[in-house]
This record gives sequence, C-alpha cells and structure tokens, in this order.
Amino acid sequence: MPVTRRDFLKLTAVTALTTAFGGLGCAAKGKAPAGPMAMPADRIQALKPEWSKQSTSICCYCAVGCGLIVNTSLASKRAVNIEGDPDHPVNGGALCSKGASIWQVAENDKRPKTVLWRAPYSDTFEPKTWDWALKRIARLVKDARDKGFEAKNAKGEPVSRVNNLASVGSAALDNEECWTYQAMLRTLGLVFIEHQARICHSSTVPALAESFGRGAMTNHWADIANSDCILIMGSNAAETHPISFRWVTKAQRERGATVIHVDPRFTRTSAKANMYLGFRSGTDIPILGGMINYILGHDLCFRQYVVDYTNASFVVGEKYGFKDGLFSGFDPAAPGYDKSTWAYELDENGVPRKDPSLKHPRCVFQLLKKHYSRYDLKRVASISGLSEADQVKLYSTFAATGKPDKAGTIMYAMGWTQHTVGVQIIRTMAMVQLLLGNIGVAGGGVNALRGESNVQGSTDHGLLFQDLPGYLPVPGGSLSTLAAYNETYTPVSKDPKSANWWQNRPKYMASFLKSMWEEPAPEQSYSWLPKLDPGGAQAYSWLALFDKMYKKQFQGAFVWGMNPACSSANAGKTRKALANLDWMVNVNIFENETGWFWQGPGMDPKSVKTEVFFLPCCVSVEKEGSITNSGRWMQWRYAGPKPYGEARSDGDIMVALFREIQALYKKEKGALPEPILKASWARTDKHGEFDPHGAAKLINGAFLKDVKVGDTVYKKGQQVPSFAALQADGSTSSGCWIYTGSYTDKGNMGARRDPSQTPLQAAINLTPNWSWAWPLNRRILYNRAAVDNAGKPWNPAKTVIVWNAADKKWEGDVPDGGYPPGEKYPFIMTTHGGGRIFGPGLNDGPFPEHYEPMESPVSAHPFSPQLNNPLAVNFPEEPKAVADPRFPIVCTTYRVTEHWQTGLMTRWTPWLLETEPQLFCELSEELAKVKGIGNGQRVVLESLRGSVSAVAMVTRRFKPFKIKGKTVHQVGLPWQFGWKQPADGGESANLLSPSVGDANTGIPETKVFMVNIRKA
Amino acid sequence: MNGKSFLVDLTRCTACRGCQIACKQWKKLPAEKTVNTGSHQNPPDLSSSTIRLVRFSEPMKKGPVQWLFFPEQCRHCVEPPCKQASSVEGSITHDPDTGAVVYTELTAQEDIEVIRGACPYDIPRQDPVSKRMTKCDMCIDRVKAGMLPACVKSCPTGTMNFGDRDDMLKLGAERLGYAKKIWPKAQLVDAQDVRVIYLAAFPTTFYYKYLTVGALDRSRFATRRDLLAQLLRPVKSMTSV
Repeated sequence: MPVTRRDFLKLTAVTALTTAFGGLGCAAKGKAPAGPMAMPADRIQALKPEWSKQSTSICCYCAVGCGLIVNTSLASKRAVNIEGDPDHPVNGGALCSKGASIWQVAENDKRPKTVLWRAPYSDTFEPKTWDWALKRIARLVKDARDKGFEAKNAKGEPVSRVNNLASVGSAALDNEECWTYQAMLRTLGLVFIEHQARICHSSTVPALAESFGRGAMTNHWADIANSDCILIMGSNAAETHPISFRWVTKAQRERGATVIHVDPRFTRTSAKANMYLGFRSGTDIPILGGMINYILGHDLCFRQYVVDYTNASFVVGEKYGFKDGLFSGFDPAAPGYDKSTWAYELDENGVPRKDPSLKHPRCVFQLLKKHYSRYDLKRVASISGLSEADQVKLYSTFAATGKPDKAGTIMYAMGWTQHTVGVQIIRTMAMVQLLLGNIGVAGGGVNALRGESNVQGSTDHGLLFQDLPGYLPVPGGSLSTLAAYNETYTPVSKDPKSANWWQNRPKYMASFLKSMWEEPAPEQSYSWLPKLDPGGAQAYSWLALFDKMYKKQFQGAFVWGMNPACSSANAGKTRKALANLDWMVNVNIFENETGWFWQGPGMDPKSVKTEVFFLPCCVSVEKEGSITNSGRWMQWRYAGPKPYGEARSDGDIMVALFREIQALYKKEKGALPEPILKASWARTDKHGEFDPHGAAKLINGAFLKDVKVGDTVYKKGQQVPSFAALQADGSTSSGCWIYTGSYTDKGNMGARRDPSQTPLQAAINLTPNWSWAWPLNRRILYNRAAVDNAGKPWNPAKTVIVWNAADKKWEGDVPDGGYPPGEKYPFIMTTHGGGRIFGPGLNDGPFPEHYEPMESPVSAHPFSPQLNNPLAVNFPEEPKAVADPRFPIVCTTYRVTEHWQTGLMTRWTPWLLETEPQLFCELSEELAKVKGIGNGQRVVLESLRGSVSAVAMVTRRFKPFKIKGKTVHQVGLPWQFGWKQPADGGESANLLSPSVGDANTGIPETKVFMVNIRKA
Repeated sequence: MNGKSFLVDLTRCTACRGCQIACKQWKKLPAEKTVNTGSHQNPPDLSSSTIRLVRFSEPMKKGPVQWLFFPEQCRHCVEPPCKQASSVEGSITHDPDTGAVVYTELTAQEDIEVIRGACPYDIPRQDPVSKRMTKCDMCIDRVKAGMLPACVKSCPTGTMNFGDRDDMLKLGAERLGYAKKIWPKAQLVDAQDVRVIYLAAFPTTFYYKYLTVGALDRSRFATRRDLLAQLLRPVKSMTSV
C-alpha cells in the first residue's frame, strides 16, 4: 500500500516532534520494508539510499533551467523531497518560490487521477478508461480528417492538409515529445499548429534572426555575470526569471556592473537596479531609437566592428525610401510592402556594394542616421514620459559599453515581445548592440529571457504554423515539389567570404523528411507535408486560429498543456470559441479553465455541445526526457516518482493515440492514408511505451546507409556526429538539424554533468561539458565577432574564442564557424555574412519605426502621421479604444514570481497560492485619489472586451506620465488567475485585452491596451 | 568553536520568496488560507505554519521609491531570552555546537504570552490545536548532517549565508564595507547578540518594526508576567552595535 500524501504529512509532523536534534541513526537501516510506515521518522534519513532514490531533474517553470535533486521513496515510489541541485552551473542549488514548491505539484491530491469525459451538453465530467478514450478520440480525429482533408487548395495547388482540426501546445512538453507531437500533427495534415511560443516570444525569432541569423538568446545565464552594464528593459527578471539574479547580482557586486531597469512600473527588479527609469507602455521604440540617435550623434559606436562585421557599409538601392511613417513599396490594398524596394545595390559580381568609409548617402549607416535623427530627446520625452535628463543618463551609461574591452547586455522578455511592433522593438536593441560591438562577446548579446521551461525546445521543434523543426519554413501551396522548395528557401551569396550557412538547407530538409518517413524518398514524402495558403500570421497564427474557432471553422482541437481560456488575449472570445468545437482533447495536470470552460462564468452546459476529453499527464519529475533552457542548453531529466494515479507521460499519450489512428486507417483506409501508415517516427520502447531516448536519437539523426563524409566512412545505423555530415539525398535522417550532435554514438550529450573547464573557459564560466547547447555545443552565439580579423579577442580578459596560430585551431568556446581568422564573415547564418543593422526581410520595414499600440491614449505621435503599425494582425470588426474618453487609462499585464503563466499549476500549489492568493491591480496614489480608491479595496476594470474585479494595490511604484503635455495614468495586473481555482481568486486579466498582434508574427499586444477603473 | 550564524544581506534580497517556500518544503508545513490585502506580503504574519516570512515594505512617502524586503526568522539569540523566560525544563533547548535555539513539543506547556513577550523580535507563535510553539530551528537536522539550512540553500543572490559564526562576522564586515559606499547608514543589526545577522541599508524601521530590538514596542507588555519576561532579557541584547 503506498503512502498517501496525507499519511506522509502526518508522518513528517511526528518526525518534527521527535527529531529536533537530528536523531541520526535512530531509524532502522537496511532494506526498506513496504507499507505506509516504511519511511524513517527523520527527514535526513529519508534522503539516504536505503530509503529513497535520488534523481536529477530540471525545473518545470521558467527557462532559466535550474537543476533539481528529487528524492523518491523506495517504498511508496512518491517524491519525499525536491530541492536545488548544488552542482548545477546555473542555479548552484538555489531555487525561487516556484522551483522550491515543485514537490507540492507532484504530491498533490487535487490532481485528477483518471481520464475524464464530458458528453455533449452534459453538466458533468465522468471518469473513463484510457483505452476507451483513445479509441474514441482516434475515431473523432479520423472522421474529421477524412471530412476536412484537402488534397488541393482553391488555386489547384497540392496542399495535403486538414483545415478543420487545430492544435495548441506545448512548451511544457519535453523536446522528444515536442518533436513527436509535431510529427503526429503534420502526419495527420494539420496546419493550424500553435503554442505558447506564439504568445510569449514569437517576436524574438524573426527579430534576432533578421539581425544576427538565429532566433535565440545569444548568450547564456551564467554569462550575464561577465557584463559591465546590464540593461533590463521589457523584463522584470528578478520576478519572472528569479535565478537570473544570481548572475545579475554577481556582475553588479563583483564586477561593479551597472544594472539599469527601464520599465513602466517599479518592480522587484527595479528595487535592485542601480538606475530605474519609468516610461509609458508601448514607447520602447522611441526610447531605443533615441539611443541610436544618441550613439550616432556622439560618435560612440565601435567603428571597426560596425565596418567589418555589420551591413552598415552596404549600399541600399535607389528605390528605398521612407516618408510619413511608411517605407517604400507600401501597398495599402494588400496591405503590405514590396520588399524588393529595400534591396541592396549589387556590384558586377552580384555582391552588395559597400562603402567602408560609411559616407555613401545610401549606405546603411547614413540611412540609419537619417532615420533616427527624428528621435531626439524632446520628441522621445513627449511621447514616452521619460525625461530628457533620464534619457541622457540611460544612453550615456549604456553606450559606454561600445569600447572593445567593455560589454553591455540586454535582458528582455514579454515587455518587448507582446506588442504590435514587438519584432521591431527587439530589432532596435539588436541594432544598438551591433553598433556597440556587443554581440558575440562575453557579457554581451541580446538575451531573450524565455519563460517556459522548454519553450526554446518547442520552438526549435516547430510547434508553430510557419516552422518545421530547425526553422525550416513550412511550405506554401505554390511550392509543389521539394526542388521548388529548395530553390525558394536556399539563399545564394556571390561573396566568397560569406559562409551563407543556409545554403545547406536542402540537406536539413531531406533529413527532416527522412526522420518522419524513413522509407519513401524525400521527394515523395514532401508531397505529404501539409502546406499553407498565403496570409501568414493574419491567416494562421494564434489569434487567427481562435477567430476561426469562434467562427465554427474547426470540428476538433487538441489543447495540450495549455490554458488558452486564460492565456489568450481576448479570453472572452476564446472561451466562446471553445464552445463552437464539436470536440476538444485537453491534456493537463490539473483542472483548468479551458477543459472546464463549459462550466465557466456565462456558460450554460446544457447549450454547449463540445465533447471534452481530459487526459491526465505526468508532471515533469515523473518522466524522462530533455528540455532546452533559454541559453539553448539541452538538459536531460530523469524520472523520479512513478506517474500519479493513471497519469501518463505526454509522449506516451501521443504514441498510443497515433497507434489507434493508424489502426483505423489500416482497417478502413480514408483520405490520403499513406503518410499515416508509413510514418516511422512513433518510437516506443520494449514495453510499448514512448521511448524518449529513441526520439532523442531520431532528432539527432542517423545514417540510413553507408556514407563517406570527408575521409570518414559512416556505417548505416550510426548516429550523425554533426550537421556537417547531413546529406540532401536521403542518406541521412535528422528530426531537427540544429540538435545534431546532441545524441551521438558517444552518448546522450544533454545528460552530461561534468563541470570541468579550461582556465580560458573558466574565466568566463562557459561550462562546456555540462549538458549540451545547440548548435554544436556552442555556448555564445556569433562568437567569431568577439575577435578581430586576426583571431585576437577584443577583450583578452574575457576571451570567448582565440586563434592558436601555432596549432592552427580555435580555443575557448566552439567557434561560430571554424574557418581560420579573416576567411569568412562572422555572422555565418546571414546571407551576406554581416550583422544586419538594416533588416530588409521583415514585413513592416527594414528599420524599426514608432507606431502607437492599437489601443492608445493618444491619436497622434510626433514621429509621423502614421498612428499604428499598418500591417498589424487585426480583426477590424472588433472596435478599439484610441484616445477614447471612456477608457482613458493605459493597462498592462504581467506575471509575478509566485505564479506561472495562467496559474494552472501554481494556483493548485497551496504554498504558492498562499503568497499571491488573488487578482490585484496596481495603481498610483494619484489615480487612486482621483477615483477615490483605497488600498486593499475592490475595484472593477473595464475595457471594450470585458471586465474583471481585483483588489486595489495603491502604490508609489506606479506613477502617471506626462504625455504630450497631458497626464496619462497607467495600471497593471497579472494575468495569472482564473475562475476555476481558487474560488475567490478572481479572473483572467486577458478578459480585458484585445485581439491584435504583431505584423510579423501575430503575437498579441497584451502589454498595452486601454481600460477604465472604478471602485467596486 | 563559536557556533553557527547567518548573515542576511538585505541589500541583495529580491523577495523571490524561494526561502519562504523552501522552508515549508523541507518541513512540509501546510499553507494558510490568505487573501490579498493590498500588499504582496503574504501570509500577513508569522504563524505556526509560517516560521519564515518575507516582509515587503514601501517606506518612502516622497522622494525616490524604495521597495524593501525583509526575510524574517528567529534570530537564534546568543543568549536566548525566550529560553530564560521558559518555565518547563526541556521545552526550549540551546544546542551547544551550533547555537540553535530549538523549541520541543514541551513548549505546549509554556505560556505563549511569556515566551513571545520575552522575544525582542516577536518571533514565537503557537499552534492553535497542539499549543506547541513554533519558530525556525535553524534546520538543525540538516545542519547536523552537513547540509545548509533550506532557506540558505535556496537563496540565489547571496542574501542568505550560513556558516561558522566567525566566518559570518567576517563576511558581514566585508559586505558592510561595500554597502556603506552606497548607503552610508548601512549597519549589521544586533550582530553581537544574535546568530541571524541582518545587513540593513536603511533604518531598521523602514523594513519592519521588529527588525532590531531597538524598535521593541513596549505597549505589547500588558501584563506583569510580560514585564517580568522583558526584565529577564539579557542586558547585552539591549545594546546596539
């Protein structure tokens, strides 16, 4: 009989009484007997091998990726203690409140123990068996797929897709599960595939990829300690990535680094910053554009770096122009830009023309100067509320890192991403960092702080409508053959000094197709890949998906490890959309507002058809697999306790469900059965359960026949050692090329726990032998830019790589391109090899430009007559509040340390709920006085979409801003509550936020919208 | 051997509350039912199930905003007044090796008003059912097994430090030297009298009224017995460093 949690608590309570002085040795040793009293009456004894198994894991919350030690009772197979892993290089044993509470997520008697099923129009869930549920879901999936399958689109292009099924989720899955999940969805033909990354960091990927070549955090957590100036803007790192402050504090206290927090509100991050500067939400581009103007005006850039390593010297074609807030090539009817007008001028060899003197009037540097000359101190102050003096303080402090021996870094998160100009905000900072020579160096970079434990991995593995694993674009219907796809997506550079790494794309695509379908030729399996119609984010991204659901265009949906009823902008619309499904599969750990939506406020179960399946899944410590932290470290986790109740791992649910669907197609045939019947990706172990090692190996890739690479012959069946060995002819497989090297014939690299490093590596705390980082275990991206053209570090005290001329090799980190010094440009992923200050690939302009949020207190701004981003994802039928006297107050949403995302897990964790039990709204003393609101009183916030009730927190940490001479108030509230739990906790702040999104990615603008507030 | 001590550097605390939860996790203390009262601080006070609490304070009514955090716990006084005030043998023990002050089940027989009243920092609380008194025990089980107290281990910023008392006093002096350059009035609070030494950048009352003994609210001592307990407190602890 297992020890129940209650028994265990009783037991430990007794323990506390009897062992005040340790009581070592008082418990019986030897083989643990079974039964509820099996554990020793001493917590220390309980950790010993006689009584418990010890395993390592990684925290399931934010993407700092802290190490955990899990002790699991040998008798009960349940966790008895979970605390920080003292050996782990990121957290060194430390944990924030969420990390410290993971034991209570696992050992929680509120977890549903069985599958639950809600019949259409029923007012209750009933327990069901897995077998029944998986068979029923497989039937529903098959029926929907057969009905909704589209062989060709309206234009007659082959698309092989289903339009009537949708999936959201999940960054909470392990890498192996993410990959397997996308494989299942794409095998079935889904194109509406979205997850947390869309609504948290989707804007990061194109912004950083456009600037540097890859869409990920450039450096890693421990590297922050190498910085001389840490700008935290668009992030509240101390609260949302608490263990990052281990490294921020170290930089501040040991290096004397200046920590600057620029944020609309004064937070726990501001409390520890050397400098706090407040400004109105949504005016980041004016402030950062002002920084560019200041840097150029005061000649503070790192000139050699800018000339040698960026596209500042590139001459842009004569068609380029910018007028009245719009770039050349704008077509209001499309709407969209003709980006060919932004192209570089090419020389006779087809290489972009350059002017290293940076004087050519059409070179990027001069265009940049002109563009941002409008962003003067006065204009920026008038629209942002950040005073001229404070701007100068900020600009001069950060720009001081433009020296070769100084490094400045930026830590940002949702405060930048969740805007209709989210991509361009990040771009602006990326440009600043290129101007200051802060990319590639230790203590520098553009550090996107990712917020879910595996959102980096789930993004890498393509759980988004536009990306296959490894950032291979999902094909459009116009690319009917693999050859056409390769032609379109394989860039060409005529410059011999450009590595142009994406010229290898055909190898990665063929290897991906081989990982999905091993037997057919890639050309054949390409035809099975579901293909998109044009329209991008406006047609397929999160908001579009829920808009279509709202309009009854989906029959069924998987909501896997997500809670969109609370996390989605315009949550009221989202909840109504769920009621317009025939069926929904909800995989999760706890009861939640999405799976239980039909019971929610304003819903009458008797009129809601949606058939709902709730499938209980394992918590992180109950399963094995890897997750990738924000710094791109793939870290292996081991299973501690056995699954709770009848919970199964997500991977196991996927493969079991897919086997049921396969069986139906085998028996009955149906719409295009081949991709389903020939799928080779569903790896199971000898017990018939999901095999994370098999999946990890498949992601890494293998040789499918004997292949000679260079001088080495690899045998069929060997693991591919590096993506340099992947082939375009179908002789290799690799589920996600950027993970090649992670699970080779040498073993599972993500499981490595070796803290050793060379003195050079130790000087910047690189820890290259601990876990594994993509790509190729490179810890600092673009590190070729940390050295000059002779391979000498700009800052020898903080050497990332250095050329050893005697041995003709690089030392330190894995170089970002192993060529000898000076042979290639350092930004190997960009077509022309330079960091892109001018970004001609984005939808809404090559230079960031200020546009007001779609809901704003002002109807004009000082930079141009163009009020909003003309290409924002928008549903015009939904009204917006612009300078609307009914909604005069700017509202922003955020998270607190103690809750995670919608609170789905943390609101069920009593220790965390105790610390932040109810929805609150923070507001200034000034606004409280105007509205007659006292601290602790109940208030109601209203927007055009809905209203929520919250506890007022009146504080000096919020303050009104002077915008264009008028007082503008701002309030803020967390989006981490929901009606399901606790009963008196309050609702999701997303009932207030609008359905508008970024022009490139469709990330919803949940950081700024307009509300009113009143006393309840 | 001078026992153990904590050095709690408040200039580094971000109020991530890792320590508050790590304490509950190790001891499997239950959560309390709370409500938001217009503050991030919760639970509102120490209790029998919350023996460690991060207090939040916004002391400045004007001028630059300050948001101060104070992880509160038993100070493990060098000469514990609560022990001197106790009337039941073995209810409050004072570990000779570490200096930990530990309440046993026999505290159920003590008078909470006396014991709590004797504490210059207002720490002891009582379980309403068992009547047992509770407070931090320095994680003495962990310490005796060579582990750090749960709160110290969980701390990411170097706010919480634990070790031999002499080392902590040395670390405290170093940290104070740094802090004084930024906050000239920074101080180590009651360092000679307690084993949980706070480094405070601002006047102690900015954080919490009982951060230091100097802030003792005498109005709490309503009864004669309370006063007696007050008198029992060692003279030494009334002096400030």
